[in-house]
Amino acid sequence: MIKRLFIALVLAMIAVMFLDLAANYRESTSLSQLGYYYVDQGPAELGAANLVTAVVVTYRGLDTLGEVTVLFISAAGVGLMLRRERKRDKGNNGDARMRHHKPSSEIVETATELLLPMVILFGIYVFLNGHLSPGGGFQGGAIIASGTMFLLLALPESHISRLLISIMESLSGFSYVVVGVLGVILAGGFLDNRIIGLGTFGSLFSAGAIPLIYAFVGIKVGFELSAVLDRFREDTDIT
Amino acid sequence: MTILPISVIVLCSGLGLILIGLWGMLTQRNMIRMIIGFSLLDTGIHMVMIAIGYVTGGTAPIIDAVVPAAEATSLVVDPVPSALVLTAIVIGLGVTAVMLSFAVRIHQTKHTLNIDECTESKW
Repeated sequence: MIKRLFIALVLAMIAVMFLDLAANYRESTSLSQLGYYYVDQGPAELGAANLVTAVVVTYRGLDTLGEVTVLFISAAGVGLMLRRERKRDKGNNGDARMRHHKPSSEIVETATELLLPMVILFGIYVFLNGHLSPGGGFQGGAIIASGTMFLLLALPESHISRLLISIMESLSGFSYVVVGVLGVILAGGFLDNRIIGLGTFGSLFSAGAIPLIYAFVGIKVGFELSAVLDRFREDTDIT
Repeated sequence: MTILPISVIVLCSGLGLILIGLWGMLTQRNMIRMIIGFSLLDTGIHMVMIAIGYVTGGTAPIIDAVVPAAEATSLVVDPVPSALVLTAIVIGLGVTAVMLSFAVRIHQTKHTLNIDECTESKW
């Protein structure tokens, strides 16, 4: 009872704090100084039509590298958490505890085979156009992982190569850092996108290294999230 | 009757979601529900950040035929909070995945999702 009262009190106090925040909120009528600089100078400086991408990949590129690292660590953590149990169970009981899935109907299987390449292609489209339209490496990667999820739901027996995932993940992560270091050598600083020509503004091959970096991020995120989904899937098999 | 501006609606629903998420995390005993509470809190924070970056009448900060580079500063919303939210969504996803894997592990070893039954490390 006291606990419930305490929780209600805490929530009420936070609500009062928020009330003050909401009451004093005024919609801004102009950009902040930093935002103004990015919008004013960004297109000419970096050649990216999508200014959010310019901020994420180049102006605050180091933060994005940190973000990719956090995602990698969490994927590794999920892998570590869910791996040991699987091995032990396999050692003890072998295939006896492996659940036998009822095969999917032919409609589901055919639809998956038809749609899966398109889902993955759409993911690639989204991360390659990250500097021109809403989207980018993380969104494209998530779409690719949703394709994997689709595969795992429709064809539960399908197997995803662990080796391929780790090779692709390490390669793309490594290339991302290499592009960043190339920025120090060839251009203004770490992760500077002007290591190759900026190209025509608004075309696919423009904005210097941004499409390249987003392609690496997209591949990395796609494989990482697929690995996470795969871990959770295998785990449901043993219960 | 004045119509509320869109940013105020987003801000207030964001703050409301934060409160609902906190309430869920504090009162629920089922781990999956606590994780859902965390996700609600996370989404609420994103909405508040987006509302703060909104500029009256602004559109997405993407330069194209409708938003020419020369006039962009008066037409778009602040790109910095949008970029921050993009980062925050990914971090939130990673944290949620790790929490869910913890829940799966606890369920494997204890066959329960009730947090009250995990008493070993309680002081």
